[in-house]
This record gives sequence, structure tokens and C-alpha cells, in this order.
Amino acid sequence: MIHSLFLINNAGDLFLEKHWKSVISRSVCDYFFEAREKAVEPDNVPPVIRTPHHYLINIYREKIFFVSVIQTEVPPLFVIEFLHRVAETFQDYFGECSESTIKDNVVIVYELLEEMLDNGFPLATESNILKELIRPPTILRSMVNTITGSSNVGETLPTGQLSTIPWRRAGVKYTNNEAYFDVVEEIDAILDKSGTTVFAEIQGVIDACVKLSGMPDLTLSFMNPRLLDDVSFHPCVRYKRWESERVISFVPPDGNFQLMSYHISAQNLVAIPVYVKQNISFFETGSSGRLDITVGPKQTMGKTVEGLVVTVHMPKVVLSANLNATQGTYNYDPVTKILVWDIGKLNPQKLPNLKGSLSLQSGAPKPEENPSLNIDLKIQQLAISGRLGSFISVGCDSLPAGPCDKALLLLTLF
Amino acid sequence: MSASSAFSDEKGGSASEPEYGHDPASGGIFSSDYKRHDDLKEMLDSNKDSLKLEAMKRIVAMIARGKNASDLFPAVVKNVACKNIEVKKLVYVYLVRYAEEQQDLALLSISTFQRGLKDPNQLIRASALRVLSSIRVTIIVPIMMLAIKEAASDMSPYVRKTAAHAIPKLHSLDPEQKDQLIEVIEKLLADKTTLVAGSVVMAFEEVCPDRIDLIHKNYRKLCNLLIDVEEWGQVVIINMLTRYARTQFLNPNINESLLEENSEKAFYASDDEEEEDKKAEPATLAKRKPYVMDPDHRLLLRNTKPLLQSRNAAVVMAVAQLYFHLAPKAEVGIIAKALVRLMRSHSEVQYVVLQNVATMSIKRRGMFEPYLKSFYIRSTDPTQIKVLKLEVLTNLANETNISTILREFQTYIKSMDKDFVAASIQAIGRCATNIGEVRDTCLNGLVQLLSNRDELVVAESVVVIKKLLQMQPEQHSDIIKHMAKLIDNIQVPMARASILWLIGEYCEHVPKIAPDVLRKMAKSFTNEEDIVKLQIINLAAKLYLTNSKQSKLLTQYVLNLAKYDQNYDIRDRARFIRQLIVPTDKSGALSKYAKKLFLALKPAPVLESPFKDRDHFQLGSLSHLLNAKAAGYQELPNWPESAPDPSVRNVEVKDSIPDWSKCSSRKDRKEKKVEKPFYSDSEGESGPTESADSDSGSGSASASGSDESGSGSESEESGEETESDEEEEDEEEEKKKRKKLDKTKAKKQAEESAERCTIHTIHQISTFSCFAQTPVLKQPPKQSKKESKKETQEMSLLDLDDSPASASVTPVNFLSSSLVSDLEGLSLTDTILAPTVSSIKMYELLHRIKGEGLAVEYCFSRQPFSPEPNMVAVQIQFTNNTNSETKNLHIEDPRLQSGMRIREFAEIGLQPTGESVTVVMGIDFCDSTQAANFQLCTHTRKFFVSIQPPVGELMTPAFLTENDFKKEQGKLMGMNEILEKLTLGEKCVNEHVIVERVTATANLSRVPCGSDKECRFAGKTVSSGCLVLVTVTTKEGGGAQLTVNCEKMLIGTMLVKDILQALSQ
Repeated sequence: MIHSLFLINNAGDLFLEKHWKSVISRSVCDYFFEAREKAVEPDNVPPVIRTPHHYLINIYREKIFFVSVIQTEVPPLFVIEFLHRVAETFQDYFGECSESTIKDNVVIVYELLEEMLDNGFPLATESNILKELIRPPTILRSMVNTITGSSNVGETLPTGQLSTIPWRRAGVKYTNNEAYFDVVEEIDAILDKSGTTVFAEIQGVIDACVKLSGMPDLTLSFMNPRLLDDVSFHPCVRYKRWESERVISFVPPDGNFQLMSYHISAQNLVAIPVYVKQNISFFETGSSGRLDITVGPKQTMGKTVEGLVVTVHMPKVVLSANLNATQGTYNYDPVTKILVWDIGKLNPQKLPNLKGSLSLQSGAPKPEENPSLNIDLKIQQLAISGRLGSFISVGCDSLPAGPCDKALLLLTLF
Repeated sequence: MSASSAFSDEKGGSASEPEYGHDPASGGIFSSDYKRHDDLKEMLDSNKDSLKLEAMKRIVAMIARGKNASDLFPAVVKNVACKNIEVKKLVYVYLVRYAEEQQDLALLSISTFQRGLKDPNQLIRASALRVLSSIRVTIIVPIMMLAIKEAASDMSPYVRKTAAHAIPKLHSLDPEQKDQLIEVIEKLLADKTTLVAGSVVMAFEEVCPDRIDLIHKNYRKLCNLLIDVEEWGQVVIINMLTRYARTQFLNPNINESLLEENSEKAFYASDDEEEEDKKAEPATLAKRKPYVMDPDHRLLLRNTKPLLQSRNAAVVMAVAQLYFHLAPKAEVGIIAKALVRLMRSHSEVQYVVLQNVATMSIKRRGMFEPYLKSFYIRSTDPTQIKVLKLEVLTNLANETNISTILREFQTYIKSMDKDFVAASIQAIGRCATNIGEVRDTCLNGLVQLLSNRDELVVAESVVVIKKLLQMQPEQHSDIIKHMAKLIDNIQVPMARASILWLIGEYCEHVPKIAPDVLRKMAKSFTNEEDIVKLQIINLAAKLYLTNSKQSKLLTQYVLNLAKYDQNYDIRDRARFIRQLIVPTDKSGALSKYAKKLFLALKPAPVLESPFKDRDHFQLGSLSHLLNAKAAGYQELPNWPESAPDPSVRNVEVKDSIPDWSKCSSRKDRKEKKVEKPFYSDSEGESGPTESADSDSGSGSASASGSDESGSGSESEESGEETESDEEEEDEEEEKKKRKKLDKTKAKKQAEESAERCTIHTIHQISTFSCFAQTPVLKQPPKQSKKESKKETQEMSLLDLDDSPASASVTPVNFLSSSLVSDLEGLSLTDTILAPTVSSIKMYELLHRIKGEGLAVEYCFSRQPFSPEPNMVAVQIQFTNNTNSETKNLHIEDPRLQSGMRIREFAEIGLQPTGESVTVVMGIDFCDSTQAANFQLCTHTRKFFVSIQPPVGELMTPAFLTENDFKKEQGKLMGMNEILEKLTLGEKCVNEHVIVERVTATANLSRVPCGSDKECRFAGKTVSSGCLVLVTVTTKEGGGAQLTVNCEKMLIGTMLVKDILQALSQ
């Protein structure tokens, strides 16, 4: 299936190659570079590139192109999904998936790639198994390793691969048994100029951090599962149980994982927490324009809005911006034409405002369309879908009794 | 080990010598390079593992960067037997990378792997096979073949999986081996473990994708295993099964072409699970050739459906394409939601999904209509995603939603992304051609765009308008005039060409303007782009034919200019047109028809989606994405005209069961121990695997039923029955689980005792002697023997293991009933008589036959276990039915779920013949109904036994007042409360009976209550002390409501089921 993998950075340097079958010359990447040049933006490189003898399937992540070489028919999503899984594994191992970390840990990267694919077919992609095979590097361990000469490769052979539950290691032991569940909800909304919602939906994920000994069997249930429009699960969740009882029953992997993601499309539930008043105008003469943006709270249910960032993609003719922000800092990049206003915490008493003038390229016609605004924000401790979060309960079918008799289950809501 | 490593060292050493020999000879430039490698070689030769590791790490880093490290091969390869695991692994990496280039030297390593193949550890066997098969050296093909064959029948499923992986490797190395490999694939396809399934199907797809016949027998098993296979395997299996189903089943939409109304009904009738619907339409069904879905077809659809919820986009896509290609029209809709979900994923995933959605939305527009807004474009989307979304939106546009879509499009036109704007304008054009109602609106909108300041927008609009105008030119001469004016400003060649073509084509509608435009164009002819020049010539020719008076000279001028153009196309065109239109004496017959040729009515262009007809490629495939056949693409076959014989998929149960038993008995004892906890732990997982056999059994039964009956509706009924049965099974799984567990446990015990037999040679002898007796015994009651055969074949295992035991009964004079089942029945009646406390149910721990005369029963005495209050007291009664004394009765080797504890009873020193002894032991079940397994040992033998508590025994009574009860109940609301309605059984007439039944089921105490319609009970779980509150409210007419409040939800649900059963009997 997957023949080779090339990692290429944003500048077009090929810095890692791995072949699972016969070696394919790196000159095959020339086709990729051609497409990369044509696309201008890295986002626009077509994921599948056809060359005379091969097909290149690539993903762009963390400023790295993962280019895989395919020779025969294979579902493209299969490869794309796998490449993303590789990137996630790197992130999991090294904290971030960047060119420098990959270069620093090239041996571990190579060992990982070796284990993840066998002859181009995925072999072990579960992080629990991989971590048993190859231990992730830590500062302490790397120091110990240099002194004692011991290795990163697990001495014990992984038993996880043998089990019917490949995602969980055997023989997990904790002194404190605990499990945390984070509910993260995102609203995604398109508003029109007047502030009316064109489209809104809620996308939620439940991230879990489970540190329980033995083979715990947990259940998680919602008070109102009908709210969930669509769900997808980690493979550890029993589909049948969900279909019949609407209960999420699972033997969790050890450590961090995403248990499920869900989707709520009921429009009436979606309350947009902030409003934005904007007035951006360009004058017919004098090659200048005016900008005035105010952000205020709308429905925040008493919670503070944090991490508020307004991003404006300015028209090409805007040369510079001379603005004044009552709160936060703004930055205008004249190359990418992106204005970023980082507000931070929203203070309902004193609404943040960004005001000032824009200078345009002289002689150029004024842009006819006002730019669109992107607003990102965070609200802690609030599930936008409201009713869902407060009724999540966690039960356990079989909990291991560790040194403490009753396992501690904590539910944190974000 | 040491000897062999020394051997390889020696070899490696000698092999590397010539390398050194080369060194001095090499040029000065390379010497530094060689030196660097020399120090690596030195490190590799050293005795220190840390140095070796360092060297290997540097070498691997070289490989990763794409630098050539092949000259180190001899130095590296001799470390293949290194004891340090990391060094070893890195050597493997190196070996696999360079073995192909250094075939002879690579052979040195083979012996190490061959040794590894025989290792007792399955993981080492697997990794040896993995590396061995990855070395692409042709000489070792026979060795690989042998290794694969051996590994394919290995007892470890993991090694078998590795064998499956090795098959395509060998096949690509030496295609000659195909036939032998197919044999191995066939063997592995029959494997029943989820671990192997995905890998072997992958091998099947690579080696012999056309051998559909290999799948028949394994089809149902694959369907049933599918949900438990790992994600990547699922994708491969689903894609393969899609192709398989296309060859084996009938098109479920076959009646689509028939009368619309009828077909609608037919769909309901054939798809709806409910019988009523079908009966309502028997007449319509009878009239036409009925379509009946093969139960196996249904099985596939049903078993893949839950996978739409997978987190893996590839799995979701695979299921989606399966439904698109295989499901009846009415059912395809369910995939839309899942596909829309994928749109939230990475942009590459979106790209692929949108391509597929675009294809699907042409054929099944209704499916995605509810999700229209999900395809709205975000300003942050990359251009390629935007364009694809536009494509989908255009496909989804219809009379009802066109206004909203057009409004969206209007905003898109103002985007700063020019490529996207162009695509939007084209999309508007397509909407206008497809939907007549909005054509004028669209046209007006596009005309307005002509005054846009952006030239690209204008140009694109011109092109689109040109296409639209072709549909009804008469009405729009003013637009043509307007466009004629634009020619002065627009610079984009395509747009200019379009305008010129329009004017030429409809010059009769604009008789005054056309010659003027030609005049202007003639002036600028030399500076135009080629495509504009061609259109100028065209315009000139057309004008010459219609209005030769005004344009004759101009045409001549243009043709003369074209004659000397640099582009040969233009020169050719000019020569051709001159001959055609300008009458000369030489001009042939064609010039008469010039007008007809040029001014023929041209059909309006059809604006089509580029995704039309792409669905002849299997969706989700690379070929579909590229719209071209990729290498190795397997065509999606067309539906067969008539269904091939469905019986090929029947698996004879008789065959499969011994197979299974063989498999299990072949398993290494140690590995079995590893696996077992998983089975019992993850009932959800093991469920389907176990049921695979029985499922296929029921499936085959229904299939054969349809064969016999022939009439459609009947066989369908039977199909539905099996379905509903299975559904019921699911519902009652909880209930049945315990029974099942008992059964499997019995099986396990049996197996284990069988194993024991082989271990204890002394006992073996006795067993053999018993065997000799059995046939004699079994012969007389012939009739009952037949009956036993009729009984479920599952019992066969039990039978086998028990037969020696049943023989050993002879001394106890149980002659009349030699059959196991009969025996069990008898002994059961015995136990009912036996118990000391009449109201407490006795359970059998060890049957007297299996225990060779020692019968053990237990009951839950419901007394607090004094040494440890959080343990459940289990009263065990030993009865010695043997002729000799039993000594040293005690418990050994308890195997418990984590957290569970056992407090053993004191050893019973001596138990004389015929006497019973009762002891009490404590077990902390941790509030779960998991069984406690342990060994019961006498001075001669050991018995594996297990105690599994009914949920009702996991609690002790708690004494609460009515107020306390209400208060506690108030705390345990929400998820902790389970409500269930029931109808009371015939005998549950009064309160007294209800109380009796409930307290018999669960160890609870009654709570006083004011109302006589309500009975309340309270208890605490033994080990954690969680409150369990039960309320039974009776209603008029035998109805009742059961409420259980308990913090432990599982206990709550199980208790509800038990009480329900007790009350409704």
C-alpha cells in the first residue's frame, strides 16, 4: 500500500525519507514540488498528485508536508488518515510535531515508522502499544540513557498487540486511580453583516485522561442523548451498547485519548456568546479608510469570555493600519494582509474597541467589498449546548481496586 | 547461542576484510568519507553495546537523510544476533533497507531469523518472520515460503497475522509462488480471530483479488467479525465485501425503473423490518417479480452500519461507499450524516470526502439536501475545498432552495479569492441552466457583474453569459449589445473571444453593431491572442455571409492579416475560410453551403458537473478521485441478472465446531491463560466472536428455508425472524450473559479438566479405562442416544469430556441414566432436596460425576461474614460419595478479577465416605457479578471451580425508616434511577407474594410504607456499601412499576432485570 514516506518542510527541503518496500528515488518528489509551486499557498496543494508511475498522497501539518508514495489502488482516505495518525503519534511522543523535533529524534521517528507500517500496511498505530515498544523520550530518560547506555526500546515485548483490546496495555498500575473527562464544545457559526446567524452548529469532543489500574470497564451516559445529532467513537466504545441503550461503555486506553466527538445541529440551542459591531469603510478619494470594531458580550451565562481574538483579512490594497485599541494589542502584517487583534479577556464594563485609519495603495481603486472578520474566543466551564454537559454521569462496571478502594472519578467540564 | 554468534562474527569479519582492502586504493577525495565510516565500523566491532548503539543510531540517521550507508553492510550485519534489543532493531532497519543491494551478505543473517522462527515466544517468532519476509532477496524465497506456511498454522494468532502480512511481500518478490500463496490465504481466511482477518483480506486483495470463490465460506464470519477488527483491516474488508456483494446479490433497486408509485411501495415492503407493512401490500408484491433481499446481503448492511460511527475517516468512507453501491435506495440516506461529519476533519480529508459527496449528490440529491448548510463556504477554507463545496451546492440546488443558494453565491462573488469567484460564477451559470425558473434572475445578476471592476469577474461572467444566451438568444439582444460595448475594456482573451463569438453567432440580432465591432477588431488584430484571432476570423466570415455589403472589405483585410500570421492554426483557418466563403471560379461545391455551415443552429451547451458518471468507479477509491483507472484497481462488477446460488456461503456447522475445538486444543496452554481474562473481561468484544458460529447457523437455516419455499414473501419472513431473534438476543444479552457465561465456564472447565488428564498420567490411565467402558454403557438406551445427538452441537465438547466421567459413575450405580443431560437433571432434583435452609437456593459447584464422587454445592447464606464484613458469605457443602475418604480439602490458586479477594475456609482434614461437611468462606466480589475462580484440592486431585454470584446476593439488608428511604431516594435520582413497567405474574396477587419474590431474588429488607400499593426494600452492597433502594408500585389490573435507585448503575440494571423476571413469572 504505502511505499515510501518523505517529510518535506515549508522551504522545500526533504529532511527524512523512509521506505517500506523497495527504495524509491527521492526524485519522485519533483512532481510534488511542481504542484507545490503552482499552488502558492501550502493549503492548496492537491492531496493526491498523479505522476507517471506513482501517486503521491500528501498532507500538510505543522508546516511539514508528509508525502507518501503509492503505486497501486488504495483508498486515499486510508493513506491520509494514516499520515495524520503518524503526525499525531509524533506529537504524542515529542510534545510537538515540528521539523526540529523530528530531526532531533530521528532514530525514534525511524523506529516508530518501522513499527507502524509493515510492508506498507498499518501494523501498530495505537499509542498504547507503541509506547510499550518504544518509550517516548523524556529529559530524565535521555540523561540516564547517555550515562548507562540503556535504550529507548522497551525490554518487555508488547502484549497489547496480542489482545482483543489492542488499545490498552496490560498490567497498568496506579497508586491513585483517577479518570478525568473534558468536554470541549465549539460553536461554528457564520453570521451575516447584520449579525444574523446564517449557519451554526456545535461540535463537541470528550477528551479523557484515564489513569486506572487493571482492566477497568467504564460507562458514561448522558441525561439527554437525543440532543446528540451525530457521534463518532474511539474504537474502544461498544457500538451495540450505544445503539441499544445510548450508554457509552468502554474499556479505556491508558492515558490521554479522545473518547468521542459529537455534533449538535439544533439551531435554537446555539447561542452566540458575543456580538461585534464593525464599521470598515474605504474612502473614494485620498487612498485611506476607516476601521472601527467593538466587541461586546451577548449570552455568556455569567461566564467570562477569554482568549478573544479578532482576525481580519484585509483587501490587497491596504498598505498599513494606524489603529488604537482600548484593550489588547493589534498587529497588521502588510505581507499577508492580515490584521490580528488580540483582546484577551472580555470586560463587560468597558467594551474593547479598535479604531483608526487604514492607508491604501495610492491610485488603486477602492476595494468594493468589506473584509470578513473571524472571531475566536474561549469560555471555560460552560457547555454551549447547555443541557448536555451537566448531566453526564460516569459509572463503572468493573473497577480495579488499587491501593485505594474506591476509584476516584472526577468530571471536569470545560 | 554464544557459539552461533561467534560463528556469525567470524563470517562477518571475513566478509568485511575485502572492504578494508579497498580502502587504501580509493581516491584521496573519498578517504575522509571512508575514515568516517571507519570509525563507525570500529564502534560496531567493539564489545560495548553502548558504542554499537551509538554507531547504529548514526547509521540510521544517515539512512533517514537519504545518505548511502551501504558500504557498512558487513560491519552491521554481524550484529544481527546482538543481545541488546535496540541495537538489534536498528540492525533490522538497516538490513531491510540494504539487503536488496547486498544479497550475498544478507544471507549471513538468515540463520538468525530461522532460529527466531522456532522461538517459544510468539512475539519473537512474529518479528523474525516479519524481518525475514522483508528482506528482498530472491534466493531465500523457498525459506520464506516454508516459514509462511509454518506460521500460518501457528497457534498464536499474532504469528498468523504476521504470516498474512508476509504473503504480499513474497508475492511481489516472486509472483511464481502465487498458487502456493493462495493456498495459505485460503487457510488463513478460515481463521476465526479478529487479529488475522484484516491482514489476510489485505493479502487476498493484493495476491488474488479475483478469487471470489475463496470468500464464500468465510463471508458470514467476516461480516460478524468486522466490528472487532482493527480500523485498517475494516477498510480493506469492507471494500472487498462491496465487490463481493456486487457479484453475489441482486440489485436492491432493481424495481426502480418500474412504475414510480409501485416501486415506492415495493421498497417499503422489501426494506421495512416490520411485517405489517409487507402484509398490507401483498397484492402489489404478487403482481411483479418480487425483489427479496438475500439475508446475507442484509447481514452485511446491518453489520457495517455501526461503523459509520468510527473515528477513522477511512472506515466511515468505506461504509459510505458500501451503502451507496449496495443498499436499497431508501437506506442510503443514513450515510449522509456521517459524511457531513467528516467535513469537520482535516482539509485533506475534506477534499477527498467532498469529491465523493459531489459524485453521490448527482445521483442521490435528496440525501444531502438536509445538510445543505454544512456545505456553505467558510472564508478560511483553502481554495480547492471551496471549489468542491461549490460543486456540491450546485448539485444540490433545486427549485425550493435555489433562492438561498443564490444568495450565498452572491456573497461568494465578493470574495478576495479570484479563482473561487470564477468558480462561483460558473456555478451560478450551471444553476441557471438546470433550473429554468431562475434563469432570468441569474442572467440579470451576471449582467450586473459585467460592470464589476475586477476584470477576471467580468471575463468569467461573459463566458457564462455566452453559454446562457445560447439557450434563448432572441430575447436578449440588448445583453449582446451591452457585451459588444465591453469589448473595448475587457482584456481577458477568453472573454473577448466569447463576446466575438456571440456577436458573430447572433449578428442578425445586432445588425448595426456587428460590422462596427469587426472594424475595431480588424484594427487590433495583430495584437490579439490566438483564440481571439480565431474568433475574429469567424466573425468576419459570418458577417460576410449575412451582410457582405458592409463587411466584404473588412473580411478581406482580416483574412489577409491572418494569412501571414505566425500561428499555423490561424493561417490554416484563414485559408480554409477564404476558400469556403469567397466565391472564386475554383471554389468547389462546398461554398454553396457556406451559410449553412457557419450559421447552422447550434445546440446549447449543457453545463454538466465534472463529477457526472464518476460513480462507475468504486467510490472512495483512488481511481474515483483521479477519474482514471489507477494501477491495480478492481472494477466494481455490475449486479448479476439472477442471483448466484446463495448456498455456497453456507458453512456446515458440524465441520466448524470440531475445527474450533481443534484450534482451541492446539493452543498453547500458557497463551490461553493470557487470553482468557480478555474474554471474560470484555464480554462486548467476545460476544460477537462467539456468536459468529451460531449466527451463521441461523443465517444458513433461513437461507435454506428460502430455497425450499421458493415464494418470496415466506423466505423474507424467515429472514426477518432471524433478524428479530438476533435483536432480541441483543436486548436480552445482559440476561443471557450469565447463562452464557455459565456455559462457557462449564466448557472451560471441561477443557481444563481434559488438559489435566493429560498432565496427570496416573489419572490418564483411569480415564482410558473409563473410555473402554463407556461404549458398553451407552449402547443399551439407543433412543436416548439419538436424542442426545439432536441436542445442540455445542454440547459435543461437553459430551466428549464428560463421557469418561459418566463412565466413572458406574460404581455409584447410576446405570439407568448414562446420558449426561439426564444425569444433570437427576442431580438437580437431588440438590433441591438437599439444602439445609429450604428457602435458599443451592448452586452446584462441582458435580459428583466430575468430582469423582465428591459433590460440592454452595449457597449464599445471607449471613454477614464475620471476619470481614465486606465479603459475601458463601456456604459450601461437601458430600463425599466415593468409597474412600477424602483428605485435605482446601482451596488453592484463586484466580480473581483484580480487586476481588477470597477468605478461604480452614482445610478439612478428613471426610469419611458418605458424609457431608459444611463450611463458610468469604468472597469480596467488589460489587460485580464476575465469577471467582479457584481450585478445589483434595489430596489426590484438583478441580477448577468458579462461583458467580447473582446480583441479588451482592447486598445486605439495610434498615431504613420511611423518611430516610425517601431522602436517600431523592439523592439517587437521574442516571441512578431505573424505572421499569411490568405486568405481574399470575401468582403475584398480593403484597405478600411480591415481598417474598423480591426478597428471594435479592438480599434486601423491607422498609415500612404507608401505602399498601407500594412495597419498598432497601439494602447495601456488600463491599462498598452503596445503597440499593427498590420500590414496587402496584397498579390496577396486574400492572406494576419497578423503581431501583442505586449509585452503581450496573448493579441497578441487573437487579431490575432479576426482579422483573421474578415478579413476572
